[in-house]
Amino acid sequence: MDFRSSEQALGPRSEDVLPETTTAAVKVVIVGGFGVGKTTLVGAVSEIRPLTTEETMTQAGVGVDDTHGVERKTSTTVAMDFGRISINEELVLYLFGTPGQQRFWFLWRGLFEGALGAVVLVDTRRLEVSFDVIGRLEEWRVPFVVAVNSFPDAPPYPIEEIRGALDLPASVPIVECDARLRGSSRDVLMALMRYLQSLAVSSAAIEAS
Amino acid sequence: MNKAGDWEDSSPERLYVITGGRSGASVPAALDLVTLIVAKSGPRHGMQPEQAAIIRLCQAPLSVAEISAYLSLPVSVVTVLLSDLLIDKQVMARAPVQPALLPDRALIEAVIDGLQKL
Repeated sequence: MDFRSSEQALGPRSEDVLPETTTAAVKVVIVGGFGVGKTTLVGAVSEIRPLTTEETMTQAGVGVDDTHGVERKTSTTVAMDFGRISINEELVLYLFGTPGQQRFWFLWRGLFEGALGAVVLVDTRRLEVSFDVIGRLEEWRVPFVVAVNSFPDAPPYPIEEIRGALDLPASVPIVECDARLRGSSRDVLMALMRYLQSLAVSSAAIEAS
Repeated sequence: MNKAGDWEDSSPERLYVITGGRSGASVPAALDLVTLIVAKSGPRHGMQPEQAAIIRLCQAPLSVAEISAYLSLPVSVVTVLLSDLLIDKQVMARAPVQPALLPDRALIEAVIDGLQKL
């Protein structure tokens, strides 16, 4: 991108500097279609102003009518917004909002690797954009919850209808949220953590039996 | 057309120069988006400007993703720069917590406690 915000270029504001005691980081990935509110959700809970990391897709202009000898390669920049929550003096949680199309995921190698889990943010007006994402997360065994961002003009659907439309098992939590509100977005993350907790508990129960 | 020396910041040519033509492929797999990087000292004289910038940013722990954001460089470029700094022992990496196939209960409880304070 040609335009750089000078704010971002300066480095963290003094109040955003992590304490020296911070030794570990964990991440949660927020996945959803364009305009579904990923950045809004990240911004609502993040302690830092959401930042943008970029990755460059380079194409050597295959099939392009380059007849001028040395041509510039075309490069496409894809952006991913993220935020941060300090959990305690040692632990920090990062939230990455990534587009639903899996072709973007490979740009950030290991985005889902080691993630605690994912939140699939959906808009009831465009549920179909989430099918692919959900299938991929299931395949990769990334635990996830579904959060329905309640847009004012979106028709309300009963949760079970959404579950049916997304073909989700009863065990996967579906929560409603307003991604603009900190408390509501926090509750989405909390729902994911409670779900992870239940997975840990049930696996322990299986081991014990 | 751009004049010579007037590259777009994200142009492949500029990124090629910064990394000495290397891609992220040779980078140690240990660097994650949320690996925390801490500088061991201040920037050294004669250091590549981008590396000096990383050293300045990492006087306190900072994730690879944040370094990428503040320097407006792709993560793949930042990891190349960081792997050089790691080899030279200019920076230290604090590896992210890698949850096993199943989440660690104590870790999840810590996150829940932290979120409750939000």
